Amino acid sequence: MLTANLATVAYLGAAILFVLSLGGLSHPETARRGNLYGIVGMTLAVLATVLGPRVTAAGLPWIIGSLAVGGAIGLYAARKVQMTQMPELVALMHSLVGLAACLVGFASYVDTSIVLEGAAKTIHHVEIYLGILIGAVTFSGSVVAFGKLSGKIGGKPLLLPARHWINLAMLVAVIFIAVRYLAAPTAAEGMTPLLIMTAIALLFGIHMVMAIGGADMPVVVSMLNSYSGWAAAATGFMLGNDLLIVTGALVGSSGAILSYIMCRAMNRQFLSVIAGGFGTGGGAPAAAGAAAGPQGEVQAVSAVETAEMLRGAKQVIIVPGYGMAVAQAQHTVFEITKLLREKGVNVRFGIHPVAGRMPGHMNVLLAEAKVPYDIVLEMDEINDDFPDTDVAMVIGANDIVNPAAEDDPTSPIAGMPVLQVWKAKTSIVMKRSMASGYAGVDNPLFFKDNNRMLFGDAKKMLDEVLAALKN
Amino acid sequence: MSLTIGVPRETFAGEKRVATVPEVVEKLLKLGFKVCVETGAGDAANFSDEAYRAAGATVAGSAAEVYAAADAVFKVRPPTAAEVAQLREGATFIGFVWPAQNPELMQQLAARKATVLAIDSLPRQLSRAQKMDALTSMAGVSGYRAIIEAAHAFGRPFNGQVTAAGKIPPAKVFIAGAGVAGLAAIGAAANLGAIVRANDTRAEVADQVVSLGGEFVKVDYEEEGSGGGGYAKVMSEGFQQAQRAMYAQQAREVDIIVTTALIPGKPAPRLITAEMVQTMKPGSVIVDMAAEQGGNCELTVPGEAVVRHGVTIVGYTDLASRLARQSSTLYSNNLLRLTEELCKAKDGKLVVDMDDDAIRGLTVIKDGAVTWPPPPLKQAAAPAAKPAAAAATAPAKKSSHGHGGGGEPASATGLAITFGIGALLFWLVGAYAPAEFLGHFTVFVLACFIGYMVVWNVTPSLHTPLMSVTNAISSIIAVGALVQVAPPLNGTAGDAAASGRPDALILGLAVTALVLTAINMFGGFAVTRRMLAMFRK
Repeated sequence: MLTANLATVAYLGAAILFVLSLGGLSHPETARRGNLYGIVGMTLAVLATVLGPRVTAAGLPWIIGSLAVGGAIGLYAARKVQMTQMPELVALMHSLVGLAACLVGFASYVDTSIVLEGAAKTIHHVEIYLGILIGAVTFSGSVVAFGKLSGKIGGKPLLLPARHWINLAMLVAVIFIAVRYLAAPTAAEGMTPLLIMTAIALLFGIHMVMAIGGADMPVVVSMLNSYSGWAAAATGFMLGNDLLIVTGALVGSSGAILSYIMCRAMNRQFLSVIAGGFGTGGGAPAAAGAAAGPQGEVQAVSAVETAEMLRGAKQVIIVPGYGMAVAQAQHTVFEITKLLREKGVNVRFGIHPVAGRMPGHMNVLLAEAKVPYDIVLEMDEINDDFPDTDVAMVIGANDIVNPAAEDDPTSPIAGMPVLQVWKAKTSIVMKRSMASGYAGVDNPLFFKDNNRMLFGDAKKMLDEVLAALKN
Repeated sequence: MSLTIGVPRETFAGEKRVATVPEVVEKLLKLGFKVCVETGAGDAANFSDEAYRAAGATVAGSAAEVYAAADAVFKVRPPTAAEVAQLREGATFIGFVWPAQNPELMQQLAARKATVLAIDSLPRQLSRAQKMDALTSMAGVSGYRAIIEAAHAFGRPFNGQVTAAGKIPPAKVFIAGAGVAGLAAIGAAANLGAIVRANDTRAEVADQVVSLGGEFVKVDYEEEGSGGGGYAKVMSEGFQQAQRAMYAQQAREVDIIVTTALIPGKPAPRLITAEMVQTMKPGSVIVDMAAEQGGNCELTVPGEAVVRHGVTIVGYTDLASRLARQSSTLYSNNLLRLTEELCKAKDGKLVVDMDDDAIRGLTVIKDGAVTWPPPPLKQAAAPAAKPAAAAATAPAKKSSHGHGGGGEPASATGLAITFGIGALLFWLVGAYAPAEFLGHFTVFVLACFIGYMVVWNVTPSLHTPLMSVTNAISSIIAVGALVQVAPPLNGTAGDAAASGRPDALILGLAVTALVLTAINMFGGFAVTRRMLAMFRK
């Protein structure tokens, strides 16, 4: 049995290991060790708690039982998940954290063994309230995000007529209920407002994520990641546990930074993403932009011609997007890459920060397909190289390669940093049809003289390109 | 009713090309045209009458029949007076015409009320026009053939070897003019293993020379030689002197010289003088690709290969025609692209749209009215200015998208407001919160900052593992659930029971929370591990 002091020191060690774990992710080489630090830290924290003064022998069977059940499910899921389903898995896991935070909050509220008075009592109750609020929003929001990412719920934003007012009303209600809840003398009386607030928070989470469209998902997923951290931090305050606070703060700020990076990559305000709906404020300019939109003909090519162009090129940059993930084409992409690199063609990848449905989504898919990470470059690293590139191949991406973002100030995506594929000698866009991207903006790239369109399912077309290259 | 395209046999001596190959015939039929080919038109390029028939063309017994049937005639060489006379009144003619060199031909064609599209008059600077640019496609083939002719006439292999019978030094090749033909020649020579040098008055092609395996030789004189439309202009006297000195030196050093220098509408510049030829090593070869326009070498005899001062000087004017099958295919593809532009409706009719810059430039005679030379292109001056403008805007953009710290520093007012609000919040916390909370609060704020610092260092390619690992770490909530599983040990246990602590409810909630976080904990770390294992060099 550990004393309280030893347990605290163990917590400190765990906190340091968590910081090291995040620090390790600065480079793929050190990342594996970083993950190991995380595992060690977590083991240390759990053991210190279990062996510590606050857990009795009576609880041990329950603890071991639930860890075994949960652990088995978790390991099974981790083994079975496809890399293209990573966004769904991450969203689902966020929902678990949110739900757990809610449950711990309720358990803490009904626990009468904690006797506090005055400001301490109020603060404790506020902490519980906040913990449950954030936990509930995280839970319902993540469940909806999971539904959207896995296609169980349509990707289109659900825009209720007065949604901003609805959100505001919910916020006011939450504050109003908080007052009633804090005034309640006993736990039994405070329970009703607490449950009402939880229901509102759940609704709020659902409504918030429903209003956000498919391509804004990277922001949502990282935001929920952040929330799950704040929920843990709030729980830490509630239980007076510094380890929870530190870890929650680490996770919370990590998610917040990711959301910020994603928003900046789309040149959008965080609030406008959360408020939902693309270009709702700019409907008129968008229409005007469309009227003056790109005119002309697109030049379609066949897979065989694409293979010819790739074979003749010296410098090739591949720009993957969500379409590659949907079509599960990353392995074929790698086969093509390998073949071309063997022939001395310098093939590299340009990754836009918001390509896919989750920060770093494309990197994981390419890594899964065994593409070496040193040829997978960020937008800022590779954008200057397009003028020296013979062929830029865009696979299932649209808005992130739209020149209108730079050229057309009236475009809804104006100012969004984009990969300048049109500066390559030839660009090839693989697409299922001429439909516009998520932002609903026409892409003048398609009509450029040096652009070719390869229509069809990305996987099928790439297989044909690969076959043609092999001949 | 759809038009008939006639493809007569080329009558120019030694011309082996044909304006349309069977493969293109099929595509023309798809556009709605009928195609009539003179018998034997493709023989010299290895396309038999049967192949044309199989592709769907009718084969006519004589040129006269073709001209009689054709609403539009596709040809390679400019038509002779006799051919013009056979052209149907009001018919369309597409092929090389060279209107500047052939004023009489222009008059004859105009007299036939013809519409003439001179493929040589295409505005080449339009990138849209590249697919129709027959000068480029023919020049590429010619450049390759020039090297083959040189290799044929040269008494040594191009690549250096060390054999048991002695050492073979690599051939040194100098290419004058790095246009399309020059670049093709550089590539071909480099591929044969020769040491290749090249020069051009346009400094911007240096990179292209190097990319094909050549070495760019500079003239020691500052002057920009780009004359618009992708051609070079006539250079100043000082420059020419420096250039001559450079050529004289190259002539002494190299084994093979290929000259490709042309200036539109002017005789070819004399780059290689008789003295320079004399200084060349015996057995050396000069291929003069400008022979038809008078030659870049003083001693060139157009159309022939001659030996002067021990140097073979190849002045063939039919280099493209010597690779007839390939050059015919390329040429007919160029004409097909042009036809597609003229027949956007795919209804077998030709529409000459004089508002289209590319078509306007090509059309030298419209319904008998001479429309050559075309007005200058509006955007012709733009390309030179563009890169500078782009370069100016690029750094400005960079700073706003730059990755790293927190973007631009906030304005002073904004900073002051932020600090003000922060200070107020801290004061509120300090004034009302109990000491225990303050301790936790300190830890919380500092942890946020540590998180902020650490996470900015995470490489974007690892954002997904970052999310899954932070997700796994956030299952630290398990600690909260753990302490709730069992009733507290401390002395208040009895009191708690008395005050009605709902043990069963708390246990249920805590165990559920524990299962959920365990899923997260194990699953999160395992999936992160799986992902990171995939990242490899």
